[in-house]
Amino acid sequence: MTRECALLLPRVCAALADPRQPGSDDTCLEKLLDWFQELTLFDSTVQLVQDNPCLTEFITSVLALPEPSPSILSFTLRLAGILAASENRFQHLQQEKLLARLFGRDGPPNSAVWEDASVRSGWVQGVHNMMHHQPALHLLCSGGGIDVIFTLQGDPSLFVASAASQLLVHMLTLSVESETTKPLSTKDCDWPACAQMIIKRIEDSLQSSSASHIEQSLKLLTSLFGSCRATWTEVLWLGVAKQIESFLTEETVQVQHMLANLLLNMAWSPVFRDTEGSFWALVTSALEHLTPVQAGPLAVGILRLYKCPQDVRIQALTVLLQPMDCILRAASQPLEYAGLLDESVSDPVTVESLLSSRSSCANLLCQTLAHLEQLLSLSRLPVDLPYTSLLRSLMTILQFCNGFLSPASPLGSTISRILINCFRVQRSALDVLAALSERKGDDTLIGSLFDLLLAYLESPNTSPTVLKKTFQATSKWLVRLQELSCSNSQGQQTEKILEDVFLVLQKRLCSPCWEVRDSSLEFLTVLIKCLRDQDEFRQSLLSSEVPRLTENLLEDPESYVRASAVTAVGHLAFITYFAPESPVVGNQYNKENTVAKLQEILSTDPEGFPRRAVISIFIKWLRQGCTGQLEDTEQFVSRVIQTVEHDLDWEVRLGGLELIEVFCSQTICQLGLPQCPYAPVSSAVTSSIHWNESLQVFCRAKLFSFLFRSLCDCDKPVGQRACDVLLGLKSNFYPVSTLEGSQGTGDSAVGHGIAWLQRTLRQGSLAQNFPTDGSNGVDFQDPENMMLALGAVELEELHDELNRSSDHVEKSPQSLLQDILATVGTIEENEADCY
Amino acid sequence: FFQYCLSGHPTLPCNVLKFKSTTIMLDCGLDMTSTLNFLPLPLVQSPRLSKLPGWVLKDGSTFLDKELKECSGHVFVDSVPEFCLPETELLDLSTVDVILISNYHCMMALPYITEYTGFTGTVYATEPTVQIGRLLMEELVNSIERVPKAQSASMWKNKEVQRLLPAPLKDAVEVSMWRKCYTMPEVNAALSKIQLVGYSQKIELFGAVQVTPLSSGYALGSSNWIIQSHYEKVSYVSGSSLLTTHPQPMDQASLKNSDVLILTGLTQIPTANPDGMVGEFCSNLAMTVRNGGNVLVPCYPSGVIYDLLECLYQYIDSAGLSNVPFYFISPVANSSLEFSQIFAEWLCHNKQTKVYLPEPPFPHAELIQTNKLKHYPSIHGDFSNDFKQPCVVFTGHPSLRFGDVVHFMELWGKSSLNTVIFTEPDFSYLDALAPYQPLAMKCVYCPIDTRLNFIQVSKLLKEVQPLHVVCPEQYTQPPPTQSHRTDLMIDCQPPPMSYRRAEVLTLPYKRRYEKIEIMPELADSLVPLEIKPGISLATVSAMLHTKDNKHVLQLPPKPPQPPASKKRKRVSDDVPECKPLKPLLSGSIPVDQFVQTLEKHGFSDVKVEDTAKGHIVLLQEAETLIQIEEDSTHIICDNDEPLRVKLRDLVLKFLQKF
Repeated sequence: MTRECALLLPRVCAALADPRQPGSDDTCLEKLLDWFQELTLFDSTVQLVQDNPCLTEFITSVLALPEPSPSILSFTLRLAGILAASENRFQHLQQEKLLARLFGRDGPPNSAVWEDASVRSGWVQGVHNMMHHQPALHLLCSGGGIDVIFTLQGDPSLFVASAASQLLVHMLTLSVESETTKPLSTKDCDWPACAQMIIKRIEDSLQSSSASHIEQSLKLLTSLFGSCRATWTEVLWLGVAKQIESFLTEETVQVQHMLANLLLNMAWSPVFRDTEGSFWALVTSALEHLTPVQAGPLAVGILRLYKCPQDVRIQALTVLLQPMDCILRAASQPLEYAGLLDESVSDPVTVESLLSSRSSCANLLCQTLAHLEQLLSLSRLPVDLPYTSLLRSLMTILQFCNGFLSPASPLGSTISRILINCFRVQRSALDVLAALSERKGDDTLIGSLFDLLLAYLESPNTSPTVLKKTFQATSKWLVRLQELSCSNSQGQQTEKILEDVFLVLQKRLCSPCWEVRDSSLEFLTVLIKCLRDQDEFRQSLLSSEVPRLTENLLEDPESYVRASAVTAVGHLAFITYFAPESPVVGNQYNKENTVAKLQEILSTDPEGFPRRAVISIFIKWLRQGCTGQLEDTEQFVSRVIQTVEHDLDWEVRLGGLELIEVFCSQTICQLGLPQCPYAPVSSAVTSSIHWNESLQVFCRAKLFSFLFRSLCDCDKPVGQRACDVLLGLKSNFYPVSTLEGSQGTGDSAVGHGIAWLQRTLRQGSLAQNFPTDGSNGVDFQDPENMMLALGAVELEELHDELNRSSDHVEKSPQSLLQDILATVGTIEENEADCY
Repeated sequence: FFQYCLSGHPTLPCNVLKFKSTTIMLDCGLDMTSTLNFLPLPLVQSPRLSKLPGWVLKDGSTFLDKELKECSGHVFVDSVPEFCLPETELLDLSTVDVILISNYHCMMALPYITEYTGFTGTVYATEPTVQIGRLLMEELVNSIERVPKAQSASMWKNKEVQRLLPAPLKDAVEVSMWRKCYTMPEVNAALSKIQLVGYSQKIELFGAVQVTPLSSGYALGSSNWIIQSHYEKVSYVSGSSLLTTHPQPMDQASLKNSDVLILTGLTQIPTANPDGMVGEFCSNLAMTVRNGGNVLVPCYPSGVIYDLLECLYQYIDSAGLSNVPFYFISPVANSSLEFSQIFAEWLCHNKQTKVYLPEPPFPHAELIQTNKLKHYPSIHGDFSNDFKQPCVVFTGHPSLRFGDVVHFMELWGKSSLNTVIFTEPDFSYLDALAPYQPLAMKCVYCPIDTRLNFIQVSKLLKEVQPLHVVCPEQYTQPPPTQSHRTDLMIDCQPPPMSYRRAEVLTLPYKRRYEKIEIMPELADSLVPLEIKPGISLATVSAMLHTKDNKHVLQLPPKPPQPPASKKRKRVSDDVPECKPLKPLLSGSIPVDQFVQTLEKHGFSDVKVEDTAKGHIVLLQEAETLIQIEEDSTHIICDNDEPLRVKLRDLVLKFLQKF
């Protein structure tokens, strides 16, 4: 702690303990606690409390208050816990029995302020903070604290309840791990005293008839097994296993929904996972007995495990796929499809009844679909999914949803009635469909899949959100289709599908609903990104009306749509103007027009999104070398920079800097650095001839005025980026060995100019104006000037300055203490006024 | 209660309700789908149509070739279009007391009813219904009369001949009943019989029944009707909408507690969501115009067109269509656009508030002002001077058989750049297009029907909970083309009663009560006796006086004075003489106490048996049986009158008299 802080702290403590003061700002108190946490983290000595007796006094005076404010009491409890985290300080504080008074049974739990949830929460956190050594453990166990914590597990405040549960887990672990001398075994359950108390409580409540008590204990065990992987957890488990197993079949106590999480956490723990037999038998039994909705999360969790017995995995897969299987069976004639599952392993009655009820059908399907998507998103799946049947089932769901399917069974008719126009299920199914495109399966269904996707894209009843998902799935499957048509002769089918897609896209681009126009453009962009190298794709796209309609949308009244149109047109250009064969003939828009149009948007669009989109596209073009020869590119970059440097949107300005960065690195690559990088550049500085050609290009393109001005930008990311770019340039033009020689700026006019520049840059974003017209003696287009400036300006220092967070002054503990005192000060002043 | 079903068309209903002593016709819709069997009436000579070959029978007979023409495999009647009227034989329509109209589409058969059947009653409708209904009729008459057709075909209607014709002519129903269009004088005469009503206005019919129109949310002035007496309530729901479009929202609350709810006029395209269709309409319109094509929208001059114009108002700038002219061509275009702006009280809340700003409630006023929307009575005259392409034309008739639309179909049909967009759901677009085939222009079907769909109906029925639902048979089964869509039918408990054309339905409701008033003097004379807490009874002797379906209990006439002279017969002689009344009994007989009493009176061998309805008390020695039941007591003994009287008196002791 600094001397200044040590001086301020007593006054702060006195102020906080003063009941006449209004409750302090909670965030200040939190910051104060953070600070103490930092101070005590690596220091277990008593020095802090000894050097600052005001801390102990503060706790004493708060305890002496007849009616402390809840927030101050809560703060005190947590502070005391932090201080008592080390055994030395614990003993120090206990000299005056402070901790016993704070955390004992007769402390706050026995007072009126206990009603306030913040006090209860402070108490639990205080205990948790303190709970790092045996004395703390004993204090709690002997003072009746355990009872309080167990009661708090059922606290009406969820935060308190959850913190109490966590605390118990922590205490149990601490007790077992710090107080056990020999490893525990099942035969000899010689638990330490504190652990014994906790375990006894857990066992008792598991045997009680109160569902809430059982739930609390299950929660506790769940988090214990989730956080602690020590072997003693198995000993604990064996004591409660029978009881917990009985909950699976118990009908009087409804706690089944808690079991999936418990078992899942256990499955991740090597203690249980690696055992033979009993644990996995329990999991199998749970998969059988829990309802499909309860068992779903367990099943998907099991399927993500690499270490798991094969039969359990198959059982989990059965649970997960059963609703999909049911759908398939409900929709088809008996024996038409084999279904997803072998009938012998599945008992479809429960799932069927859930699917035929309006209230549960969509829920079960959405949950199942979400789980499937989760599984499909894993790069390595420990289990093989029946992709073809899954695809068929998904298609069936989607057909139910749009009413295209006439089901053959009564169950099918019921499901169909429930699912028609159910957007939730449509969205989830389309998500899985998209994820499924990346898995290899039987491709015979692809034709009918596209019929379905096109029907969704075509239908006016498709809601905009469902449409967006359909676009996503379609783009993924189009990529798959292209891969297929490359590998076999399905060219005609692909061509027809692409034609249909563009026909419907054409219509969607004219939709009166802007969200639809927007997602149509995004879809087009994705397609171009993925498929622009495919001839079939390019031909279908260019022979449709889509490119023209897309260009029309550059003038859309909705800014998001304009932004998406800019991106789409930008990508379209890779096919139309930048492709070597450039097939567009007779289009009203040529390359120049398009570039001009985008530049117009960049300079005149009133909204930020389209302008950001333009600059991103320009960067993309530049990166891909689409902007032509160097001279053209130089002019292009220069024009763009002059447009964006005064843009009100900082992201656009940032984009401008990125453009410069790309341009600079490309230019330097093309032109090369000075012939002899190790030659002293000082000679080059003094000599007015051989200027580095790159530098001349940059000066001509007027990059430097923008770069240097950006250093003073009021938006920090811009300043940082500009600084990075300038540092990059500096390192190119002044290799390390030559840097020293660059410092001499002399006494000339240029020297004055550079001095002005340095002064101005030091002011940072507070610099009032930043003339770049040379009036201050710095010519930003003169290579000599710029070379000097690059050498002279302390860019590294500036870089550090910019990277420091803007509140680094305000964040200091001293400033925090002063803030607290300042609020107190006003009270004192007011008091003076009163008397 | 009876319902006579005169129309088979669920959205163009015509039902007659016999309710108490009144005969009420509910709507008189005109089924115009019959016109699809006729050739279009071109405004200018169409070489294509006039060159169509006559139809020849399979055996080569040509006697029908003047009446029937063949076009692309379809056969059409070459004559003035005719309409299929509601059933007129099912009951004598001259006995109809009143006609209740629910919206302007459901009154198109009115002149046929009021002018041809001897109808002498009154028609009730709201003002916008009448005014816009008049416009629709005017347009119809005008479209047909301005293209006079010399020839009138009737030979094909002969049953023997009709059998030989190809479908759909062969299957056309009741062709002998098809009639030519009415005339303007008939329209005027029919409309003069209408009495205007406002929402929630109560109209008494002969004292027996009260009818009330309620807002139905479907069109300007559209209404549902409540028909009720003191103890019965029938709701007639026809063409209602829960969507937020231009009309006042639907009044659902007043439909509650109905004994019978007659449900007609649901959406004709239950699978098409109107919002999606409007989107489809706009997209296709924009695509066509951007490609340099023209758009033709066959439509009615009022209704959905207001909403479409409003959507386009918002859409055209964003779609870059500001320079494309929109034309609205109808003999009543001007009146329709202007009428819509003056019926403020019939509009939805948003539009009503605009009137106070003051601003026109519909934005088409601004479209007209800025010259983006232009309207003309017909293609002749100013229109031909102003006409610029590409453009969008709204015009009638949606059947494509008459009206200016015929001209545009002929004009634009050959180019694939143009598009015809069908928005009215009343006609099958494929049938409408049949006489124009082969057709190069694009056809888009975006039926916009804002009427209730089945999900909304199911919610509505849950909300208002009628005891019984009556509906056309089409609503009780999935549509024939989508037999698996069991969600597209009415699902309620008890299942709805269905009806079809020319059927008489006995409504599933029995009258149980009738309200009778008691004159104050008579009421004063009553002496109620409380027999249960809260229930008092009194005997009433009075005279029931019934007039104008109102029933009143009056004091009974005074006992007749002894005739002053035998020669003169007095009026009061007619009144039946009042005999002194026996007292009425109430209460129940406690069996145990009754047995004790019997024993006290010397009956020693009393035996009691329990029966399903009460008890039997047996006096074995006296061979007597006393049956005590909830509402009767019988003493059965053989010819021992004194014993019977004695027992009777013992029974009476336990009962109250009044």
